[in-house]
This record gives sequence, structure tokens and C-alpha cells, in this order.
Amino acid sequence: MTARGFLLYAGMALLIVLTGMFQGWNLALTILNMGLISAIMSLGVNLQWGFAGLFNVGVMGFVALGGLAAVLVAQPPVTEGWNAGGLRLLGALALGAAILVGAVQVWKRKIGGSMRALVMLALLIGGFFLFRASLDPAVQAIEAINPSLSGYLGGLGLPIIVAWPVGGLLAAGAAWIIGKAALGLRSDYLAIATLGIAEIVIAVLKNEDWLSRGVKNVVGLPRPVPYEVDLQRDPGFVEAAAGYGLDPVTASTLWVKILYSGLFAVVLIVILFLAQRALASPWGRMMRAIRDNEVAASAMGKNVTARHLQVFILGSAVCGIAGAMMTTLDGQLTPGSYQPLRFTFLVWVMVIVGGSGNNYGAVLGGFLIWWLWVMVEPLGLWAMELITSGMSPDNWLRGHLTDSAAQMRLMTMGIILLAVLRFSPKGLMPER
Amino acid sequence: MTDILNAIVALSNFVLVPGAAYGAQLALGALGVTLIYGILRFSNFAHGDTMAFGTMATILVTWGLQSIGISFGFLPTALIALPIGIAITGLLLLGTDRAIYRFYRKQKAAPVVLVIVSIGVMFVMNGLVRFIIGVGDVNFADGARFVINAREFKEMTGLDEGLAIRTTTLITLVTAAIAVALLFWFLNKTRTGKSMRAFSDNEDLALLSGINPERVVAVTWLIVAALATTAGVLYGLDKSFKAFTYFQLLLPIFAAAIVGGLGNPLGAIAGGFVIAFSEVLITYAWKKVLVYAMPESLEPSGLVQLLSTDYKFAVSFAILIIVLLFKPTGLFKGQSV
Repeated sequence: MTARGFLLYAGMALLIVLTGMFQGWNLALTILNMGLISAIMSLGVNLQWGFAGLFNVGVMGFVALGGLAAVLVAQPPVTEGWNAGGLRLLGALALGAAILVGAVQVWKRKIGGSMRALVMLALLIGGFFLFRASLDPAVQAIEAINPSLSGYLGGLGLPIIVAWPVGGLLAAGAAWIIGKAALGLRSDYLAIATLGIAEIVIAVLKNEDWLSRGVKNVVGLPRPVPYEVDLQRDPGFVEAAAGYGLDPVTASTLWVKILYSGLFAVVLIVILFLAQRALASPWGRMMRAIRDNEVAASAMGKNVTARHLQVFILGSAVCGIAGAMMTTLDGQLTPGSYQPLRFTFLVWVMVIVGGSGNNYGAVLGGFLIWWLWVMVEPLGLWAMELITSGMSPDNWLRGHLTDSAAQMRLMTMGIILLAVLRFSPKGLMPER
Repeated sequence: MTDILNAIVALSNFVLVPGAAYGAQLALGALGVTLIYGILRFSNFAHGDTMAFGTMATILVTWGLQSIGISFGFLPTALIALPIGIAITGLLLLGTDRAIYRFYRKQKAAPVVLVIVSIGVMFVMNGLVRFIIGVGDVNFADGARFVINAREFKEMTGLDEGLAIRTTTLITLVTAAIAVALLFWFLNKTRTGKSMRAFSDNEDLALLSGINPERVVAVTWLIVAALATTAGVLYGLDKSFKAFTYFQLLLPIFAAAIVGGLGNPLGAIAGGFVIAFSEVLITYAWKKVLVYAMPESLEPSGLVQLLSTDYKFAVSFAILIIVLLFKPTGLFKGQSV
């Protein structure tokens, strides 16, 4: 890192400390935790965009898949659900996968003419009805069991930390499918395809109640850190808190957040280390060569599409890990809360502002933009109150302006993105 | 015989008529995307929010007209407000181009940079719309609701199934037809339109023959403003206006433009209808039609809905993937950059 980098990081740390001093340490730690997660998402997108120039606007989908992993790994299994139709459901899913694989195999055969297409279509259409016929009864049976409390299959009941790598794997699988279809074509196509897969992942999470209860949400996910209530009952903890002059309730809230910060920081440092090593390795040089001139790189014998697929999967997996971590932090999976502006395009702002191609820059961008995202709302409200202070309290414009202050966020983010692109297109910490 | 007629009426009522209206709206949106792609050579992510902005401007003018007592008889007042809405949106787009896009055009920036810039514009426009009109649902359709409602149709024909044609559906189809006819007349017959097509086909050659690029770009933005505002207002009249829904329209609109072949106006129209009808056909519960069309012994027990309506994005996406896999330039030959 350069001297400029150190200064920027010190400034970022100062911002968080100032937030802690003026608005409370609870808020500062909340921002820090989400900042750590944002930094990881930002690293994932930087792998794709900064290293390889791939335009992925489906970050939200990969993040949501990570969240799904948290539910599937950590929730206790619902035995009644499994008895009602768990195996039938797995069988139906396997059947669906087999039909797809079969269709692909038919397509790959060298049968001439329209025969091949007809057989494949018949297989797909017939297979779809067969799939629905075997899936629907199983789904109904599972969802009928105590729908207000469970109505789904539950998870594996493993520690939730296991969900983090699993989230990465789920996201990697989805990325493989998208990459296979859209890489090697024009860059815009990948953008639209990823935009689509993100919407589909959210639609699946919202509608497939047997999987993760849909819009009924899964709440109360197990935690990797102790509960506040348990800490408050622990005499040793209360005594230690009193030593710092804190009451047990405040101390337990802060301590839980600090533990999360520690866990997230470890993950961030590991991924950052790996990303730095990758960037400096021959593989990283090859990636940048492909990014800067695809034609030249492929003339040198590099398989551009295969390398793109590789880095696309890696970047998406990192986003998946971050998604699982986020759901762990929230303690719940709420499919309705995934918004593309927040989870896809905001991450893009982080990467561009931080400095695409520079891992430290991406991490800094993650922290800085997240801090701004949280802070713009109170600042906007304050600014609006200042602007309208001369108006009478029942003026409609004053009411409208202060009510709409919450919408300032998106506009501010857009203006920041446009300003950085115009005046400092390499970001705060340029690649070189 | 009546069974077959009933089946046809039910099919028209729930599939063909709404599908045609939705298809026309998507086609107008996709035309805007495809024009920008052809002339300015980037995928404009701000298009959904341009539509939202245009609709919002039209709604505000509509409210203004309504408050001074102007209405349009049985047609919605928004139609009178539409030209003013288009003018406001045109000014916004020209301003955006002057303030933002032109800088990158002069630099000859890579298309993907312009795409990222358009994401910034998307944020700002989205924020602007939310700031001015809020995030809630706005219903601004007035005038007569139906041209023919289901009850009248049943009395008229004596069938069991009713065919309701909403005023907004009819307006959508007529307005879209007029807009498309105007656009093609403009592109094919006028000097400016021809220079636009020349610019789209081969930029260098067009520049050599003395076409002023800034003028072509400005005209393109104005046409896009007209198309986007019209599409947005028609969609809003048909359903309702909500900032977030318009953002989500981006996916089917892009799918339509790509399915038809990016940069090809005719393809965009075809793509719009392909996407719209596939969405409606696959998410429609076929029971009602099948009950009439099938002999009694074969009548289905379930709803015969292939996918739940929440998966309509999955349909546009699936079609997009199929086209990408088997015919990457789209049904009609589009540009490949």
C-alpha cells in the first residue's frame, strides 16, 4: 500500500471512531460489521470487474444464495416435513435435473436435421409436466405442516459458520450456469443475464415455501456468537463489564457486535490475502492481459472464455460467502428485503469509488460507501430541515421535502458515482 | 360449438388482449433501448428510470390539468398531458447528455464505461423520481374504464364467458401503432432519419459524408424520450405507476431488445411481443380455457398453470438464455460489436 492508501484508511478509521464518539458505539460497530461484509462483496466484484473486466450486475442473486445457504445449513431439520414428502421432493428435483442433462445430451448428439431439436423439445416439455406432477404433491405435503411456524424442510442443523463456504459454493454453481450461457458473447449479454438470474433467485426464495418459507421469512437463525441474554446472566461477564464502567445490557450488545467484527475481519483478511496473491501471480497477470486486450491474449494461446468463466465463478463465490455472513449477522432470511439498487448497484459504486483493479481500494470503497449509505439519511434530513427552516411549519413544500429526505440516498450515490467516473475514473486508490 | 367459442373468448380475455397490450408497452420500451444501442452504442441501464421519470412528469401535468378542470371525455386526461411529459423528459435527456454522456463520447470511451455511467444516471433519476413523487402506487387513469365490459359482452353474444376490453388496452394498442408508424416513417423517409440509420450502420462513413454527430445524438435522445415516456404512461395507465416496478421492467425490455436483435428496431417490436406473450401464456392458469376446449372426461383437475405469476421474470430470462445459446444476434439480425 502507498502512503496515500494509508492516509485514506486512517481517514476511514477516523470516520468510524467519530461516528462512535458522536452517535454511539453501537451504531459505529453496526456500520463496521456491515462495512466488513460490504468490503468482501466489493472484493468479489473487483475480482470480476477489476481483474477481468466482466460486468456482473447480479450480485444481489449471489448474495441471496449465500443467505439461503445459511438457512439450509444451520436451521434444525423439520422431521415432520421430511416424513411428509422430503424424499419425494428430492426425487422430483433429481428427476428435473436428469431431464435437463438428458436434453443437453440429446443436443450434443450429432443427429442431423430437425430430429434432434424435436426430440429435445419433446423431452423438455414432457419432462416439465412429469417434474411438476412429481414435485407438486410433495411440496403441498411439506407446506401443509404447521405453515405458520415451519412448513418447510429446515436445514441440516450444522454450525452456521459452515454456511459461509457453502454459500460460496451455491453462488459458484449459479455462476457456472450463467457463465456457460453468456460468457464468450458480447459483454452486455453477461450484464443482462446476471440481472436476470438475480431476479430469479429472489423469485425462487420468495415463492418456494418448502425451501426457505418464502416471504414468511426464516427468523431466529442460530448464531456463531453468544446471546446477549446469556452474557447478562454470566456473573463473570457482568463483573468484567463493571470493570469498564458499563452496565451489563450495553456491554453485552457491544461485545456481541465486537465478536462478529472479529469473525468477519478474519474472513476479510483471508480473502484479501488470497486476492492479493492472485493479483500478483502469473494467473493475475494473465487475467489483466486478457482484460486489456482479449485479442492479443488469445493470440498468445490463452483461452479467454475459460479464464473468464473461472474468474466469474470465483468472484461470485466471494459474493455468496458475504451473503451468508450477512444473513448470519441479521439472524434471519427475508427475501423481500433484497433490492437490486442496494445489493447490486451499490456494490458497484463501492468498487468504482474505491478503485477498480486494486483490492485495497475495493475494501476501502466498501467501508466508505457503506458509511455514507448509512449517514446520508440523517445528513439529508438535517440538510432539508436547514433549507426549509425559513418556511412556515405547515408549508406543503416543507413537509414534502422533509418527508422525502430519505430518498436522498440513491441520488447521492448516483452523484458520487458520476463524479468519480468523471474526475477520478481510477477511483480513490488507483490500480497502479 | 358454443364451448369452442367460449374457449376462444376466455383465451382472448385473459391471454390475447392483455398480452397484446403488454407486448406493445414492452415493444415501445425496447425500441428506446435498441435506438440508443444503435446510435450511441451502449446498453442504457437508466432506461427503466427514464420511463419512470417521463411517466411522473406526465402524471404531474395530468394532476395540474385535472385541478383546473380539463379532462378528455372518456379518454384519460394523461393523453393530453403526454406531449408535455415528453417535452420535459426530452429536456432532461438532452441535459443528461450534455452534462454527462458527451464527455465520454468525446473521449471515445469503451461501451462498458458508458454502461457504468448509465448506472450512475439510473441512481440519480431513480432518486429524483422517488424524491418528487414518492415510492407508493399512483393511479392516474381516469375517463371510461371499459370499452366493452364482461357483462355487456355476455348479454350481447349470449356466451358464458365475457370479453372485457379496457379503454387503456385499446389506447395502448392505438398509441403504440401510431408511435411505431411515426418512428419508421421518420427513420426511412426523412433526411434526419436516414442520417441516423447511416450513423448506426457505419459511424466513420457517416462522419465522412458530413453528418453532424451531435445532431444525430440529440435527435436520438428526443426520440428515446418520446418512446420511453409513451411506453411508461401506457404501462402506468394499464396497471399503475410505481417507481420500483419501472426499474424492474428493465429486464423484460432488455430481453425483448436482445431477442429481437440489439440495434434493430423491427426486432425490438417482435421481441416485445415474443416476451409478453410467453410471459402471459406460461403464467396463465389454463383451466378456464381447457374446461371448454376439452371433452368432459379429460377436464383438468388443477389450475393448469405452468408457473406461478411471480416467475414472469424467469420466463423472459429463459427466452433470453435460449436466444443467447442458439442465436446470439437475435431473431432479426442485430449489430454485433
